[in-house]
Amino acid sequence: MTPLLEIRDLTVRFDVGDAELTAVRELSLVVAEGECLGVVGESGAGKSQTFLAALGLLAENARVEGSVRYRGREILNAPRRELDTLRGRRIAMVFQDPLSGLTSTLRIGRQLEESARRHLGMNARQAREKALEMLQTVRLPDPKHCLDLYPFELSGGMRQRVMIALGMICRPDLLIADEPTTALDVTIQAQILGLLAELRRLANTSVVLITHDLAVAAGLCDRILIMYSGRPVESGTTREVFNAPKHPYTAGLLASLPSLATDPATDLPAIPGQPPDALVTPRGCAFAERCEHVMDRCFAERPLLGGTRGRHAAACHLVSP
Amino acid sequence: MLAFTLRRLAVAIPTLLAIATASFFLMRAAPGGPFDTEADLDPEVLENLYRAYGLDQPLLEQYRIYLANVLQGDFGPSLVYEDFNVTELIAIGLPVSARLGVTAMLVALLLGATCGIVAALRHNRLFDHATMTMAMTGIAIPSFVTAPILALFFGLYLKLLPVAGWNDGAAANMVLPVIALALPQLAIIARLMRGGMLEVLRANFVRTARAKGLPERQVVINHVLQSAAVPLVGYLGPALAGIMTGSLVIELIFDLPGVGRYFIQGALNRDYPLVMGIVIVYGTLIILLNLMSDLAYAALDPRVRRTYR
Repeated sequence: MTPLLEIRDLTVRFDVGDAELTAVRELSLVVAEGECLGVVGESGAGKSQTFLAALGLLAENARVEGSVRYRGREILNAPRRELDTLRGRRIAMVFQDPLSGLTSTLRIGRQLEESARRHLGMNARQAREKALEMLQTVRLPDPKHCLDLYPFELSGGMRQRVMIALGMICRPDLLIADEPTTALDVTIQAQILGLLAELRRLANTSVVLITHDLAVAAGLCDRILIMYSGRPVESGTTREVFNAPKHPYTAGLLASLPSLATDPATDLPAIPGQPPDALVTPRGCAFAERCEHVMDRCFAERPLLGGTRGRHAAACHLVSP
Repeated sequence: MLAFTLRRLAVAIPTLLAIATASFFLMRAAPGGPFDTEADLDPEVLENLYRAYGLDQPLLEQYRIYLANVLQGDFGPSLVYEDFNVTELIAIGLPVSARLGVTAMLVALLLGATCGIVAALRHNRLFDHATMTMAMTGIAIPSFVTAPILALFFGLYLKLLPVAGWNDGAAANMVLPVIALALPQLAIIARLMRGGMLEVLRANFVRTARAKGLPERQVVINHVLQSAAVPLVGYLGPALAGIMTGSLVIELIFDLPGVGRYFIQGALNRDYPLVMGIVIVYGTLIILLNLMSDLAYAALDPRVRRTYR
């Protein structure tokens, strides 16, 4: 069966003055119908850029290579007209900061109606109804009143609900949520994640959850892909990755998660060093400099994410000798 | 919004008072007087003239009388244009100046904003570079230089358009003064609009709009233009002031019977009431236009609307 979304050998580069910055390096991944994939990595790992590239939403100085297929149809570098029938309708994206991500000069209702009218062929009244229905679905208090408010008049959590309503209004096949809870405090974060899980069940929408927070991914996702310096380093089911991490980077991330049992007086274990500069492409493993299990081979030869599709795999010489 | 408007109008009163005071004393500080002519007048005649116009009173007394009259809407008689009072002279000149100024402003606004928008949408391409080069030139050359060049080229050399004169506001007579007056403002407006567009086009909410599957046209019209016009609207007040003051010189160069001609003649002749009257009228206009520009600002940005209380 053709997967919902299939990314193959995606490379994203940015021209920055004289130099060239590589954000995503030959990345491949698959999102199956109905599943939730967590894409986890620290800032600059290339998580967001991967999916912005897939939807043709990158900045103008970006150059993209590879292949992105939606239900088997190539959509990378597709003409704008074709992308416009896909974006918001089949694949929707929810962004991190809903204050700057919503148009400050338009009322909430108008921004929701716009999608409904464009993709669902609704007239003004129907679109209004639909917008109201969506605000009820994401459980915004007093949805009728909210339709006439501007984004700056809502709280952060309410804005993120509006963002999710905007993403879900056309019942897309795939919702890409880019750090949807990062700007929110913990209780609101739990509510938003609960909402995403509920909408997923309701509409059988596949979800890609982009996050730097392993705990957030664990709560919602079936499978997890760990990214480091523009490449996938480990992929497997949530259970596999959490219970038996294969890549030293994943193990390091898990070790640095605080828990209630952690003694507040001791420092959390941290991974020493910094991710490599995106301006250079290391010959070997990008994580070698920071890895406690590093071998000579790690600097000379780049490990590949082995394993067949869907299996637990890590790009590390320790596991795929 | 109403309270905001009323408060701004209330603040305008001391401003106008300051303008009237400053223009009164500055005019008097200038050397010479209204009745200095090449042939010296008989001292007795001069004394009679001074007495007739109240110029024999102490300066502060004159100031008091003048303010009292202005508050009643009376700008007094012209000292040089006999048989005319200042209000009549302004009533003759203002329609001409207004017609010229409004046309120039509209041209600057429509053409400037359009150029700015298209330049931003063609960022770093030929149209962008060409427009911005022209805009820099437009800003660098003052209108009192452009005006004679335009008159020489289109009027004397090509003989396409009249060199000067009003001819009751015939289109052909208006073309050159309007261009000379609009050009610097057009250039600034184009740059502001382009800058606003480029900044907004990079904003996160524009990416959201594109992610919704809206065609670029709809993205620009619904999500970009309103925010992108904000810096431009902030400049509308100064732009109008620039056109009004620029008009004083342009009217002289093209020999147009507007307020500007009276103003400059009045200043040269030390026609105190005439100059002060025009300064007060123009000051009022600029204050009102600035207020309108602030209100337009609020219309564009709902967040500003909230702060105007």
